[in-house]
Amino acid sequence: MTPAEIREEVLDILRDIAPDDDISDIDDAKPFREQLELDSMDFLDIVMELRKRHRVQIPEEEYTELASMASTVAYLEPKMKDL
Amino acid sequence: MIAGPDQLPDSQRIVITGIGLTAPNGNSYAEYRSALLAGKSGVQNYHIRYVGDTLAGICDYEATRHQTKREVRRGTRAGSIGIYCASEAIADSGIDWENTDKSQVGVYIGVTEHGNVETENEVYELKGYDYDTSCWSHHHNPRTVANNPAGEICLNREITGPHYTIGAACAAGNAGLIQGAQMLRLGDCDLALAGGVSESIHTFGIFAGFKSQGALAHHDVPAQASRPFDKARNGIVVAEGGCVYVLERLSDAKKRGAKIYGELAGYAMNTDATDFVLPNPERQAQCVELALKRAGLVAEQIDIVSTHATGTTLGDSQECDALRRVFGKSTKTYINNTKSFIGHAMGAAGALEMSGNLPAFEDGVVHATINVDDLDPDCQLPGLVINEPKEIGPVRYILNNSFGMLGINSVAIIRKL
Repeated sequence: MTPAEIREEVLDILRDIAPDDDISDIDDAKPFREQLELDSMDFLDIVMELRKRHRVQIPEEEYTELASMASTVAYLEPKMKDL
Repeated sequence: MIAGPDQLPDSQRIVITGIGLTAPNGNSYAEYRSALLAGKSGVQNYHIRYVGDTLAGICDYEATRHQTKREVRRGTRAGSIGIYCASEAIADSGIDWENTDKSQVGVYIGVTEHGNVETENEVYELKGYDYDTSCWSHHHNPRTVANNPAGEICLNREITGPHYTIGAACAAGNAGLIQGAQMLRLGDCDLALAGGVSESIHTFGIFAGFKSQGALAHHDVPAQASRPFDKARNGIVVAEGGCVYVLERLSDAKKRGAKIYGELAGYAMNTDATDFVLPNPERQAQCVELALKRAGLVAEQIDIVSTHATGTTLGDSQECDALRRVFGKSTKTYINNTKSFIGHAMGAAGALEMSGNLPAFEDGVVHATINVDDLDPDCQLPGLVINEPKEIGPVRYILNNSFGMLGINSVAIIRKL
């Protein structure tokens, strides 16, 4: 997957997790939690969906890499480039 | 022991001051009553995994009236039904909710079962991941803890008083009401949200279990499938639904000039202790008699008996046997059944079935039990209101039966004030 495809995939997950929020104008540089109504359980949904959809395993100590769209795409790129 | 509400101070008398409900044939008190009087069923064709095509009582309330989409996604169907009913009940009560001390509000919600829906869904999902439990949802535990429906109501309405569910099989709707009244009397809360909810149509296990037991209704015409007391009855139509009452002490209700639907005149719960599934008419009759005694009443004073009958061959005739023992000589008591319209709303049944009858205090009409084309002689009861509603004049007392598996029996009596 290309970085653009990974970004689209994360957006798709966010659409499910934050159905009341408009994610079309999300700022990639800002933390998700400043822009969307996400608590820790919602956040775990991002991890779970990546695991379920793409078998991407994210160790707990690396969850902080998923803070913003930019950091998430950068973190996932090596893990998803061959998918 | 309490012997009739007239002997109690107003601070120990419990009244209903708000009602919120969703039933397969109505999403408000007025809509539901009008459907019951019009003979409108809420039973539809339904498909559920593994079991396939069957029938169910399905609700179409507007969940996002009181929840965000995120809350709906995070929670359970039972929680959502509870939130809808509780929110509608609060609004109906006219209470100044914003200025209500939420630490003095208690939430007591009856459930037949809880957790099956989410567990089945997760196991089904997990199969797609070759049973890799790292794919098991982190939402599973908060969704399946037994207090979930009551807890979701508290989260949504920012209630900080006590909350829990009452697991009481199909006696749970009455049990929720009774629990709310008891906690008000104890001073554990000043306002109770009490009743019952059912999400059971979303678990295949309920359907499959009844089917294996030979107790799942089937009929070519969905609206005719739930037919208590009819010779051709062949089982239960499972339904979802909910009904939550706002309960207050009479003294508090008077103080704020609340509209009062009725007073809990008496109640009783007991246990058969004879079988997992089969009912015991002797114990059921004892439960009814105990509720009458506590209300300071005799059978002849009850105007309407709302039966539990679910449409099973044995269960209906056993309840009729129990009712004959208590009301056999009462010429003034009329008897009906709500499941014939909506199916069996499980944990919500008792609360829903009582609320569909409460308007009789105002209009003097007993809604019928429908789908009785050929009355089973075993179910012949004096006063049974068959197929068409009946005007009976002033109604003072309504008694509701709700019984459940493991021999749990509950009876509640509401009187007009």
